[in-house]
Amino acid sequence: MKITSSTASPAATPAPRLRVRLRHSGPLLALLLLIGFNALITPNFLSMQTLSVNITQVATIAIVAMGMTLVIATGGIDLSVGAVMALAGAIVPLIFLSSAGQDFPLIMTLIAIIAALGVATLCGLFNGMLVSRFGVQPIVATLILFISGRGLAQVLTNGNLQTFDNPMFEYLGAGRLLGAPIQGWLVMLIAAIAVFVVSRTRFGRYLLASGGNPRAAELAGVPVARVRMIAYTLCALLAGLAGMISVAINSASDAARNGQLMELDAIAAAVVGGALLQGGRAPFIGVIIGAAIIQLVRYTLLANGVPDEVALIVKAAIIVAAVYLQSLRGGH
Amino acid sequence: MTTLVRRHIADHGQSTGVMIGVLLLILLGTLRYDNFASLYNLSSFLNYNAMFVLITMGMCLVIMTGGIDLSVGTVAALSSVTAAGFSAHGLEVALPVGVLTGLAAGALNAFMIVIMRIPPFIATLATLLAAKGTALVISDARTVPVDWASNFTQLGMNNVAGWLPWSMLLTVVVGIALWLLVEHRPLGRVMLAAGDNEDTANLMGLSSGWARTWAYVICGGCAGLAGVFLASGFGAGQPLEGLGWELTAIASVVVGGTLLTGGRGSIPASVAGALMLGLIFNLLNFENGLGTFNLSAYWQMVIRGAFLFIVILLQVKITRPLAGD
Repeated sequence: MKITSSTASPAATPAPRLRVRLRHSGPLLALLLLIGFNALITPNFLSMQTLSVNITQVATIAIVAMGMTLVIATGGIDLSVGAVMALAGAIVPLIFLSSAGQDFPLIMTLIAIIAALGVATLCGLFNGMLVSRFGVQPIVATLILFISGRGLAQVLTNGNLQTFDNPMFEYLGAGRLLGAPIQGWLVMLIAAIAVFVVSRTRFGRYLLASGGNPRAAELAGVPVARVRMIAYTLCALLAGLAGMISVAINSASDAARNGQLMELDAIAAAVVGGALLQGGRAPFIGVIIGAAIIQLVRYTLLANGVPDEVALIVKAAIIVAAVYLQSLRGGH
Repeated sequence: MTTLVRRHIADHGQSTGVMIGVLLLILLGTLRYDNFASLYNLSSFLNYNAMFVLITMGMCLVIMTGGIDLSVGTVAALSSVTAAGFSAHGLEVALPVGVLTGLAAGALNAFMIVIMRIPPFIATLATLLAAKGTALVISDARTVPVDWASNFTQLGMNNVAGWLPWSMLLTVVVGIALWLLVEHRPLGRVMLAAGDNEDTANLMGLSSGWARTWAYVICGGCAGLAGVFLASGFGAGQPLEGLGWELTAIASVVVGGTLLTGGRGSIPASVAGALMLGLIFNLLNFENGLGTFNLSAYWQMVIRGAFLFIVILLQVKITRPLAGD
């Protein structure tokens, strides 16, 4: 990443396109370096099994991080994603483990998934309403669900671990398509839609405008409030999906742990991937790379016998370095 | 006239409202529950909430300058570990060690935010992770028992005059010092000016960077002292404690009527906010004891969130009509 910044900054202005390319390739370079490093020193790194373990783990972070990117693009932040994951993850087994769920497993599993996504959407609408209609600061607005969302999930399940055996639902976490984990495909599908929407549709331009300069956007006729509402709703919806995936992977739902600290991972992935906290940017591909970097750093350290605790410190250093380099390149 | 009244309510209404709310809750508790007004409940309430009042006051300073500190919880956990590690040398060594740990974390935050110009949210998020990691590394991910033979646990377990915990007494001293700082010292005024409009403050020749540095360092110190109370009161350094404390502190500051936009803030009102959140828990515990209904610990989280929601709605209702004029 150092190389990128020094080649991008010389005063002899390179073509803007090139500069943009270099800026985007920073995270990618870091990821390639990490992969190269692992290929050399981590035993059995270049195997299908390692790949699919990492894809499985990175998928939930990437999905939540893409939603977070939408919110960050509007200049906001969503602290409640982990709590929404817990809530959605608690609701699904609650419904298909009920007596009706035992009688009609297929239909009730579908209903459970729809209900969980519906509740997640409601959470997003709640956040969006507070931020866009009532003008509450995003940190405070999403703090409400951060505190009470997980509590609600624990109330619903009495704080119990729900274990289950439901092959249809578990497909979401353990299924494979063309040899790769299903959630890897999901990430690519969501990313493709997100990139298309942001770069090719009116909503995409509205999204970036309302984060870059909300007052100017408002005056130019951008429905800033509605755009924010949609961003928070989609973020919560994606968090709900990630919550279900993580429950499906474990064949068990633990409301106390599902999605714990996910808001931090998602924000970190977004920032490392090139999102600006001031808003106005939505680099989805970069964010997926950011999620992969965060997952791979953790994997690298664990696979080489460095304890998880040290990985936390390294993660902290990466976040600071990424934002610092970003501010140097940005020039302000 | 009505505008004047409204403006007064907008400026001071919430602080006054929170303090009246605290008194009403105390009245309710005294009338409804037999043992609420007992010395035992009073001293255990004050002892438990000393930690939260401390981090709330530190958070209030940081928020006044327009920043935020997400690291207070894990910094307190880290300080509880370092203080517990030195507890055999007695309180006179362990307490400074814990506070210094917090001050160092605060200085790290200030360095990243003021010198490296990293947004406070990200910088303190990194410190949150790093402090948690460091606490787990040096404690081997286990609670660190304190030395019971030394005087270390007196701070968190003994009372002055039979009811006032040492921890709360120390907290009150810190609180008075911070209140004087904000209301009567130039540094406090510069903190407010920096939070209101940093560019203007700089143009006026005020050293806003210096003021913000102090805010983060003091906030770290408060978290460090809270960590010492934690280790002393529970008899162990707790590397896994502190998650979510930062949000409790932010919620308390918000309940006290300080907006996150900076430039305003009141130490007494924030303390009242922290006490109010604490009292609600205390009352719920007594209500459980009556057996009319039984609320699990999980419900308490839901109620806490709902309470924050109501306060925010009231805040919006009171301040919104003024936005136009």
